[in-house]
Amino acid sequence: MELYNGPLDVKEIFGRWLDEEAESNYGAYIPFVGTIRAEGGIEALSFDIYEPVLKLWFDGWQRKAEARGAIVKMAHSIGDVPVHTSSYISAVFSPKRRVALELIDEFVEDFKANAPIWKYDVISGKRVYAEDRSTPMDGAGLLK
Amino acid sequence: MIKVEFLGPIGKAPVEIEAKTLADVSAKLKEDETIAPWLGKCAVAVNDTMVKELDFALKSGDRVSILPPVCGG
Repeated sequence: MELYNGPLDVKEIFGRWLDEEAESNYGAYIPFVGTIRAEGGIEALSFDIYEPVLKLWFDGWQRKAEARGAIVKMAHSIGDVPVHTSSYISAVFSPKRRVALELIDEFVEDFKANAPIWKYDVISGKRVYAEDRSTPMDGAGLLK
Repeated sequence: MIKVEFLGPIGKAPVEIEAKTLADVSAKLKEDETIAPWLGKCAVAVNDTMVKELDFALKSGDRVSILPPVCGG
C-alpha cells in the first residue's frame, strides 16, 4: 500500500508494479485507475486518510487475495488532487484471469465502502465534505 | 481515562472521558450537540481495530476513534 501527497504518478506506479511481479508467474494483471472528473465546478478533490485502520483493512484484503493465489496492490493520494489527475489506483495479479477479474471488482467496491478515507470537493479554494457521496462504514450507528 | 478522537470531517478535537464500555462512550457523546448528529452514521474503532459490540469493555488508556461516512477513490 502506497500513500502520496497530491496526485499519483500513475505510469510510474503501474510500471513499477509490473516490474515487481515480472518473474512471479502471474498470468493476469488487472489495473484500475480512478481519475478526478471535472463536474460541479470543482477544481480538485481533497482526501483525509486514517492510515492505521486503512492498513488493517488492506492487510485483510492481502490475506483474502493470497487465499486465492493472487495479490492486490493499491496507491492513494492524501490532500488535494486536481481534476483530470488520479487519486486512486489498484491492481490485482493472479495466475489466471477469472480470479483477477472477480477480485478487482470485490476489492474496489469494498474499498469504496470501508476504506477510512474522506473526500472533499475543492471549490474556490475551500474544502467541502462530499457527504452526499459518502457511505457509512460496516457497523456504523453503534453509538447512536 | 479513555481518549475519543473524531476523524475526517467531524472537525472536533479529541476528548478524554471516563468509560467502562462503548455504551458509556455513547451516553457521553450524546450529551454533545455537535457530535450527537454524527453518531447514527459513524463506525467505531478501539485502538485502531473496528468494533461492532456496544458492550465492548474499555480500559484506561484505550483510544476510541469515531469514523464518519467514507468515500475513497
